[in-house]
Amino acid sequence: MKKFTTLTSAVVPLNIENIDTDQIIPARFLKATTREGFGENLFRDWRYNGDNTPKPEFVMNNPTYNGQVLVAGKNFGCGSSREHAAWAIQDAGFDVVISSFFADIFKGNALNNGLLPIQVSEDFLAQIFRAVDNNAKSPLEVDLENQTVTIVETGAQESFEINPYKKSCLINGYDDIDFILAQKELIEEFEKR
Amino acid sequence: MSKTLVEKIWDAHVVKSEEGFPDILYIDTHLIHEVTSPQAFDGLRKRGLPVFRPNQTVATADHNVPTLNQLLPIKEELSRYQVDMLTKNCAEFGIELYGLGHPFQGIVHVIGPELGITLPGKTMVCGDSHTSTHGAFGAIAFGIGTSQVEQVFATQCLLQSKPKTMKIEVNGTLGKGVGAKDIILYIISQISAAGGTGYFIEYAGSAIEALSMEARMTICNMSIEMGARGGLIAPDQTTFDYIKGREFAPAGEEWDKALAYWKTLYSDADAKFDSVLTFDAAAIAPMITYGTNPGMGMGIKEHIPATDAQPEKEKLSYQKALDYMGFDDDASLIGKPVDYVFIGSCTNSRIEDLREVADFVKDKRKADNVTVWIVPGSKQVEQQAKNEGLDKIFEAAGFQLREPGCSACLGMNEDKIPAGKYCVSTSNRNFEGRQGQNARTLLASPLTAAAAAVTGKITDVREMLEKVEG
Repeated sequence: MKKFTTLTSAVVPLNIENIDTDQIIPARFLKATTREGFGENLFRDWRYNGDNTPKPEFVMNNPTYNGQVLVAGKNFGCGSSREHAAWAIQDAGFDVVISSFFADIFKGNALNNGLLPIQVSEDFLAQIFRAVDNNAKSPLEVDLENQTVTIVETGAQESFEINPYKKSCLINGYDDIDFILAQKELIEEFEKR
Repeated sequence: MSKTLVEKIWDAHVVKSEEGFPDILYIDTHLIHEVTSPQAFDGLRKRGLPVFRPNQTVATADHNVPTLNQLLPIKEELSRYQVDMLTKNCAEFGIELYGLGHPFQGIVHVIGPELGITLPGKTMVCGDSHTSTHGAFGAIAFGIGTSQVEQVFATQCLLQSKPKTMKIEVNGTLGKGVGAKDIILYIISQISAAGGTGYFIEYAGSAIEALSMEARMTICNMSIEMGARGGLIAPDQTTFDYIKGREFAPAGEEWDKALAYWKTLYSDADAKFDSVLTFDAAAIAPMITYGTNPGMGMGIKEHIPATDAQPEKEKLSYQKALDYMGFDDDASLIGKPVDYVFIGSCTNSRIEDLREVADFVKDKRKADNVTVWIVPGSKQVEQQAKNEGLDKIFEAAGFQLREPGCSACLGMNEDKIPAGKYCVSTSNRNFEGRQGQNARTLLASPLTAAAAAVTGKITDVREMLEKVEG
């Protein structure tokens, strides 16, 4: 799994609430049997018209905005369990997603792929959106070790929570399977109970 | 120490619990389908691992399959490839597959219960968020991502933090024309599409206890639509009667032993929940959604809430949803013409749903402006419907009875709602584009969907029921 420690990057702002997994990656693109290539269909129907021409008003089609941090409104990733949503975001070049609230399954899927979901307060989220309104290139600094996210231009900083086990997985690039496989004897003992 | 039902089942499945780490939770049954499993099988190959407990794994093809001419080769190339891949993977890893043509094939959350695979006290997972359906039997059941599918393949376990618990009590008696789908759409409209996030929900109260197993499955199915990973209902005589005699249900001495255990599966009287909500069944009307998440629902006679009444931060998203749907705020939906009616999905495609619809449409006919698809949840439901002559009733009404699959719930196969068209759907999600690019979904109960099919517009089904009686 991809490792993550720190990142300083401009952001792509998507100030919409309840962004569901069908918007992130519509079901008709779930027919692939590998993990690669979902990025081109990320936010497909917001990004492209029916004839596949880009919708200029969508933020990802505006060259002013680019960065490895996606910032979105609350309840991001609600809906289906499709891990393709996390794969698509990562494949499109994002390493961090920031929102004031994440759906459970999406959050777990992101963590299992080395895509860092950061939950910030409503107020801090609004500060990020304001900073990007003022300067589209306004960078954010994400420090996983110290669990902080900072708006570089204003110096505003907030701490975020992450399960200590998942944190060490991200920093070291381990995944859950490595961890559980090491406990196989315990599992077999449990089955005999 | 007193425990909630979730805690009882959870604690009985913890292989290891260590401070600072998620629990290692043993999974009794793993259900898989063609869409979220191929990358997990690939992962096993890369690691050189077998499926640890193939006989605790059951596969079916449902998300991608056509609902017409299922015995012919699948026309759409990518779909065919994905379904073929499932067949190959199951053969290679020794997993039982109820694929196309098998009498047990169907939507994964319909076949588990009807085959007696879903049982009280079990832990069950599937790479599908509606796995919460199985909670209706008093099981811990939840959806997982593909990395976790691989985890369960490799170890029959999941690393999972114990969820918080919420109790939702619904007491009293439902009004005429109001059913389980209305209960759950009502609850979601009250607590929002994120109101249950982080929780496992136990549904209780007299209105829940009075429900059939099919109706309980409809309720638990939509737990995820308020963000809750799982929802469950304590097993009772209704549960036991449903399970007894099913294909893989315990029998003989095994049944007696299982039953004795199942009877211990309830939340202790003084068990503490992290949150408790109470609703009055009598206050619930037939529900309909007007927006693009399942929390945007209302009683069918109400008016769409005003944009101005929304919290400032949410106005933009709210208005965007109404624009997508082509609705004005403060409008009533009664009388609004509809183009499609879809009766199906893991929420409402069981025999009871089909019977309810057939009973209502008997001697009626669909309106000319509406296309009606009825997609049974499984081959067994389809067969049962035919045995009971429901197919004849549907045919006479102009409703098309198709073959089982997820179908227009998510439009992965050919069953898509065209752009701009309105579909009253018994499925679970009204997200933008869910049923097809730019399709507009209105979620409702099978009865409300059937009423729309007959009148060609959004209709309060209660008025039609009264007429019959009058």
